[in-house]
Amino acid sequence: MSDLVDVQINGEWHQFPKGTRMIEACREVGAEVPHYCYHPKLTSPGNCRMCLVQMGMPPRPAPGAEPAQPDEDGHVPISWMPRPVIACANTVAPNMGIRTQGELTENVREGVMELMLANHPLDCPICDQAGECHLQEYSVEHGKGEGRFREQKVKKPKNVDVGPRIRLDDERCIMCSRCIRFMDEVADDPVLGFTDRGSHTTLAVYPGRELDSNYSLNTADLCPVGALTSNDFRFQMRVWFMKEINTIDTNCGTGANITVYARQGEIFRIKPRQNNSVNSDWMPDSHRLSFHWINDEETRLTSALAKDENGNHQVVTNENAYAIAAAKLSKYKGHEIAIIASARMTNEELFMVKRLAKHLKAKIVETVPRTGEADGYLISEDRNPNTLGVKTVLGLDDPGSQLESIKDDIKQGQIHALITLQEDLITDAGFTDDDLAGLDVLISSYPCANPTAERSDVVLPGGCWAEKSGTMLNIQGRLQRLNKVTDGPGTTEEPWEVIRNLQQALGGGNGIHSHTEIFNQLAETIPVFAGVKFQDIGDLGIPLVETDETLPLLEREKERVAQGLIVG
Amino acid sequence: MTFMKAWTTSTLSLPNTPDPIFLTAPQNHPNHRTYPLPTMSAITYKSGKEPHPNERRIIFKNVDREGWDQSIDTYEGEGGYDQLKRAVAMEPGAVTNEVKSAGLRGRGGAGFPAGLKWSFLPPNNTKPVYLICNADESEPGTFKDRYIIHQDPHQLIEGMAIAAFAVGAKLAYIYIREEFPQGAEILEKAITEAREKGYLGKNILGTDFELEIYVHRGAGAYICGEETGLIESLEGKRPYPRIKPPYFPAAMGLYLCPTIVNNVETLCHVRHILEMGGEEWSKVGTPNNTGTRILCVSGDVKKPGYFEVEVGKVTMGELINDMCGGLKDGRSLKAVIPGGSSAKVLRADETFKVGKGDDCKEISIWDIPMDFDTLAACGSMAGSGGVIVIDDSRSISWVLNNINNFYAHESCGQCTPCREGSLWMKKITDRLVADKAAPSDIETLDAVARNIDGQTICAFGEASSWPTESFVEKFKDELIADTKPELENTPVNAEKELAAAGLL
Repeated sequence: MSDLVDVQINGEWHQFPKGTRMIEACREVGAEVPHYCYHPKLTSPGNCRMCLVQMGMPPRPAPGAEPAQPDEDGHVPISWMPRPVIACANTVAPNMGIRTQGELTENVREGVMELMLANHPLDCPICDQAGECHLQEYSVEHGKGEGRFREQKVKKPKNVDVGPRIRLDDERCIMCSRCIRFMDEVADDPVLGFTDRGSHTTLAVYPGRELDSNYSLNTADLCPVGALTSNDFRFQMRVWFMKEINTIDTNCGTGANITVYARQGEIFRIKPRQNNSVNSDWMPDSHRLSFHWINDEETRLTSALAKDENGNHQVVTNENAYAIAAAKLSKYKGHEIAIIASARMTNEELFMVKRLAKHLKAKIVETVPRTGEADGYLISEDRNPNTLGVKTVLGLDDPGSQLESIKDDIKQGQIHALITLQEDLITDAGFTDDDLAGLDVLISSYPCANPTAERSDVVLPGGCWAEKSGTMLNIQGRLQRLNKVTDGPGTTEEPWEVIRNLQQALGGGNGIHSHTEIFNQLAETIPVFAGVKFQDIGDLGIPLVETDETLPLLEREKERVAQGLIVG
Repeated sequence: MTFMKAWTTSTLSLPNTPDPIFLTAPQNHPNHRTYPLPTMSAITYKSGKEPHPNERRIIFKNVDREGWDQSIDTYEGEGGYDQLKRAVAMEPGAVTNEVKSAGLRGRGGAGFPAGLKWSFLPPNNTKPVYLICNADESEPGTFKDRYIIHQDPHQLIEGMAIAAFAVGAKLAYIYIREEFPQGAEILEKAITEAREKGYLGKNILGTDFELEIYVHRGAGAYICGEETGLIESLEGKRPYPRIKPPYFPAAMGLYLCPTIVNNVETLCHVRHILEMGGEEWSKVGTPNNTGTRILCVSGDVKKPGYFEVEVGKVTMGELINDMCGGLKDGRSLKAVIPGGSSAKVLRADETFKVGKGDDCKEISIWDIPMDFDTLAACGSMAGSGGVIVIDDSRSISWVLNNINNFYAHESCGQCTPCREGSLWMKKITDRLVADKAAPSDIETLDAVARNIDGQTICAFGEASSWPTESFVEKFKDELIADTKPELENTPVNAEKELAAAGLL
């Protein structure tokens, strides 16, 4: 208890751990302090002055005088300072008083807002930030409502090409320096800085360099105004028209928490969502921008296909597709059937794969590994989002190790039928036409047209990551929820539905109507999941499996927290 | 040690020795005392550069002195480095105590007690301690440090060496403003000489004390003179002042190590404090406003210049009328900015309440003793000692616009109020001097200043807003007289004007 200090905030006494920043203490008790430059993951330069609050301390007794007597609650009266202090960089102290309301604080905020807007262009109607702009929000909450600035505004560079994915409007910049600090402290690529001084201070990229880090788009998220905008999202959609869905990134085993912004089924942008155990507040550009194919109806599979007697694909209803597939599969015995599933599938889908395999008595169930170089920040070597789920749910110790033997078995005529789910074997699993030539039946399900589908007897459109719900286990063993953003195009179904319907067509029973139902069965049958309820997972996930994997960016963040440089 | 003896026999006995040359403080001043001046009998000054009899030359003893040069031999010939010899034989804490008992207040602007500053170094410190000499003299109206550097560089080096010894610094920097290129060269030469003589380097004067001093050329910005901005600049970054807390230089200064930053004049005084003894030195000047300080007078006087006086022993009237030869013929005094351009202006016809209790009295501007406490009581500050005299030929709008121009140009731009406000104020006074302002603009001007004051990271906020606040407070009528009521409701379309001028 000795590490807690008593602090009065707006007249009420609270206790906070020693070292808590005033701004965080206020936030905790619902007295939000407006701020621009402060960010808990970055150092605090205290430059925006928006978080000025009134502060007081017990009075220091004059020499020889008795110290003030505490009241019955043990609190001494507070002597309020005439000047405001910044709440972002100062920490709480015993018997400190903070006023986030009242004349002094309100006047100061009004003054800072007026100055902040003095040279800021009034171009909200054409600014991408409008609707999620702190300058707009704080103007309403703390501003004067009327500006007295009658002078010519400072002219600065506009539409500056600072990097391949970011555009800069210097007139909108309020010099909070968040982007500069992010590139320096988090991305280790300090290419941004200020030039000139006073009102002419201009954000710029170092001469001869570009803001081209794979984490550059985080600066656009951090920018409290519309100075840094994403080339990709710029002018695409007003933010208030979009629906926000919290889900996770599936580009690698990290499973960065994200928010997907979509309107009428179309995805417009993805932003990282804070999860201090996974991705902090950040995500790599490469993962953020990898969604565009989802909107591309040219390449998407929009209906089920089955080959006619001439070997040409014909559009069929999903029901017919399942019936045709079931009819073809039922000609083979279990040991003649292999299933290649995907580590991009959710735990629920993998559970359904397991169930299907059991029903078919399939000889082999396998998934396709996918690896790349870890970037030392948030991108993990494992580029599949749910390898741990494959290991846990399917029980595969070394996913991908049986792919070669499947090829051999096909060649040697031991495997006649292959079901591939959410994988394109030719592009991603090293299969050749030749490898697949020995099959009698190839059934595939995938979101897009692909070479494997081209060879398939039956093609079932299965939704991609944005079109399905479920859970995944990231490399650290954290169980996280994937939430459906939108329906897939045409007759696309969620992959778990595809598997259920196929099994139903094979006479394998029914009884499952939702992914949460599958999760419940999973929790009942797979020991690792025992006792976990779907609703307990929440938006931030829960640690489930112990692994020794760490994320370098998070480790460095922890160090900075330990050094007291950032709040974290 | 021999030099100890030399000290004991000659210098310590001095105050009791009658000396033919006395420099006196004003006879009518309550704290009037006379002191013998130690070694000035043989000094002659260059013709036309002789000190005024009201002066007491300690720091500026050798400035404009006949036959004086910057060489170490000349300096040593006058007892130079004797005080360093004396210091290294003392306990470092004892040196600090001398400075404390002297009551030396910083001469850079804030007037903070130097000895107290030194004692803020964290106890049980294990990091290196740095000493920085702030030679970024850039407050408009101030031109004292440059003369020390140009004409008596060894005095500064000796002062720094003593201070470094006291605070435990092995590395010291002189951060000299970019605009003093010659001064930087002089200092570098002086440092080389001092190192050759064993006053710098390792085993100074046969002791364990070691010190290197480096000259660092400034980045050409006023803000580099703010101590944490200076430190950032010294570290190779933009001179953005640091937030305090936590970055108090004494605890987290240069490279986040304990650092003492002192002004040139302050550090020079350290040498003389040792020479006279803290107690004795504290008798120079007035209580709590001890020692001498250099006042730099500029503006509308017949003979502007620098004057080293005992703090508080010279009044504004004596300074302007006696020492500076008075106002120009036929002119009358309008206002004085007493401590560099950021100090609040004093109006010529105001009266000021000074003193406490029974000593409380009202005085005119002419009777203000030029010391820290009185000028603070008059609502301004002694600041950096730059006294700017403004006579009735000056337009107050023009003066304020000139000052605003400077601060708008020099605001570093780090924090919002000063960055946006200083240029805004300048733009309003730009219109004021161009006959394009309305009376309500004066209210806005004042409001902008008050939105800066007290809300910034560093003292630049006050420096840039105090002139406006005080000018509006004291010369509101004159400012409003320069405005045009008919412009009151005229819509201002700045963009349109820019476009018409082909600037958009």
